[in-house]
Amino acid sequence: MTALTNTELPPLLENGTRPPGFFARVADIWAYRDLLGNLVRRELKVKYKNSVLGFVWTLLNPLLYLVIFTVVFSVILNNPTPRYGLLLLSALLAFNLFSVGLTAATTSITANGPLVQKVWFPREILPLAAIGANLITFFFQMTILVVGLVIFRQPPEWSMLWLLPPALVLTLLIGAGLGLMLSALNVYFRDVQHFLELGLLTWFWLTPVVYPFHLVAVALNGRFGDGAERLAMLNPMIPIIITFQRVLYNPTNFNAPDQQEQFTEMIHRSNLWYVENLGISALFALIFVWGGYKVFSRLEGNLGEEL
Amino acid sequence: MFTSSGGGAVSQAPSQDGRRRADPSSTVAIEVSNISKRFRKHSEPAKTLKERVLTLRQSTVSEFHALRDVDFNVNVGETFGILGHNGSGKSTLLKCIAGTIRPSAGVIRVRGRLSALLELGAGFHPDLTGRENIFLNGSILGFSKEHIESIFDEIVDFSGLEEFIDTQVKHYSSGMYARLGFAVAVNLEPDVLLIDEVLAVGDEAFQRKCIERVRGFQAAGRTICLVTHAPDMVRFLCDRAVVLDHGSLIHVGDVNDAVTIYRRSLAAQGHEVPADDQDMLDKIATSGPTSPVRLVRTWVEPPAGGVAHRPGDRVVIGVEYEAEPGMTVRARMAVHTHDGVQMANVSTYDIAGADLKADRHLNQARIIIEDIPFMDGHYLVTMVLQQPDETREYDRSDQAATFDVNSGGPVLGRVALRFGLETGPTDAVTVLS
Repeated sequence: MTALTNTELPPLLENGTRPPGFFARVADIWAYRDLLGNLVRRELKVKYKNSVLGFVWTLLNPLLYLVIFTVVFSVILNNPTPRYGLLLLSALLAFNLFSVGLTAATTSITANGPLVQKVWFPREILPLAAIGANLITFFFQMTILVVGLVIFRQPPEWSMLWLLPPALVLTLLIGAGLGLMLSALNVYFRDVQHFLELGLLTWFWLTPVVYPFHLVAVALNGRFGDGAERLAMLNPMIPIIITFQRVLYNPTNFNAPDQQEQFTEMIHRSNLWYVENLGISALFALIFVWGGYKVFSRLEGNLGEEL
Repeated sequence: MFTSSGGGAVSQAPSQDGRRRADPSSTVAIEVSNISKRFRKHSEPAKTLKERVLTLRQSTVSEFHALRDVDFNVNVGETFGILGHNGSGKSTLLKCIAGTIRPSAGVIRVRGRLSALLELGAGFHPDLTGRENIFLNGSILGFSKEHIESIFDEIVDFSGLEEFIDTQVKHYSSGMYARLGFAVAVNLEPDVLLIDEVLAVGDEAFQRKCIERVRGFQAAGRTICLVTHAPDMVRFLCDRAVVLDHGSLIHVGDVNDAVTIYRRSLAAQGHEVPADDQDMLDKIATSGPTSPVRLVRTWVEPPAGGVAHRPGDRVVIGVEYEAEPGMTVRARMAVHTHDGVQMANVSTYDIAGADLKADRHLNQARIIIEDIPFMDGHYLVTMVLQQPDETREYDRSDQAATFDVNSGGPVLGRVALRFGLETGPTDAVTVLS
């Protein structure tokens, strides 16, 4: 055991208090990145521990979606959208990253009650780890979509590929901001997690994942005049979802007029239009992250005893 | 009664101008400044919004002081005990130091990295293997992956769980669980180690290992804060101690005084004074400084019937000690009441006119009190082993054993006297006792 000498004594610091300010807090979380990594690993390992197929289950879910929606929509319902399963998946995976991540983040502190009560560490690590674990899941599930695109020889829009990283980051920021807020509130009011379930269901159907964005744009433009499709961006997930659809599904792969029609909105918009929309999302993301930080730092002190 | 003076009797209270009595030779590792903790007592905590709203207007919330104005310092390199009965606020205090709950008033400052052994394996996930949990637990305590890797073998070695390290910990026994938890917390070498009633787990060999490790920790000049309701643990390990009673400090400082005050406070409240942990005493004896004579254990032979002796019973107090064969040893025994009155103090020489002669390595002797004249009470036995000329104390154990006397009769007092009663002019005599 190494002995301590007086020269290497660390300073006397007030305990349980966090460094003031947003960036100091980010630095604090960075200092605990090993814990963040370990918690993410724990979430993933524990999820499929003792199951024979293990991580394969993560892949079966999107695969099933791909098959079912292709069969039901394209074959049974005779939906004109070509390769509907791929369109759905390119949006659904991103939305699931947001919604499943947010759900896991919201219950992360209550679920880790014993830990929170006994050991001090930056509590925001828990909701962040929940989202981190879902990010890893997202990447794995993406391979199904990529394989699907390869099999059907449906290339993405290479020239717009660079829009995906910012869209992904925004998804994470929105999820993290709301997750911070709700995870702390859920300790005080367990209603939060039940409310969230309904909230996310509503949010899902208000986002063009299952139906094309074109219908939303037509409805808004019809009612409020040209350019009103921007109003849809008040749902900060819409810019993200349509970016994923535009880039990955890439509707320009289909040339027949009846196929093109429902993608008019997406195809004829410039890169700038997408960037502007993502900008609106970014604004929301900032508000959520800042709000999450405020709410969390207000409530974190009493989490240990309220649990 | 001593304890009724409440929170005022603190020997290390801040001086009038609010400044702390500073000791220039020592550096503070944990500074607990006038902290109080109030809990709101709900009849049942409102956990849903509806309940919150419904109970909003009725102010049925009462406040409960778990800690009142607690103030002390722990110095770097010190092993500090926090003694208190159940519900005295000692766990709340430890949680405040660990930072998991915030005091309602006051400030706690800690120097350096703190590792809390609040409950062994608190950060363990049952579905993960021992190996995975070591890394998880280490990072929860704030240590980097590299640091944990560098001491991984040491941790595994210390825990003695080499064979099971890749087994999910849900298959561990509670003892194995505890061993792994202790191994992680102690081998990470935090600057400050908080220990909450955890040394009592595991088998004897592991306990000994833990104690050794704690000794190593002490030798390395690290700070330990030990929370317990077992006074012997404090006497055995700690340099200084505080005693908590209903959220207030009733003593800060000397360990032996702390134990006495703690026992008095328990007795004053009618709590059962914990019997001494024999295992602990074994360790005190065997791990003590090298002395030619070591006290192994002291005991009071149980009464023939029931749990308490009756006045007039024969009480046998045994002592077991290790010595070089051929040595002479004098054992001195004192009996105190729970409130500190010395009822007897006698040496084996006083009784037998000769000292004890050790004829083998492990020896026993029994001091017999015929017709014990004590009335109802809880009595504490202290045993001291001395050189026959009483110039050197080999080993001692304060309040090493206890016994109770219960008269079962209506007579009050400390001494069981034989009473008689005469009436009239020396006619008849009635003996009552």
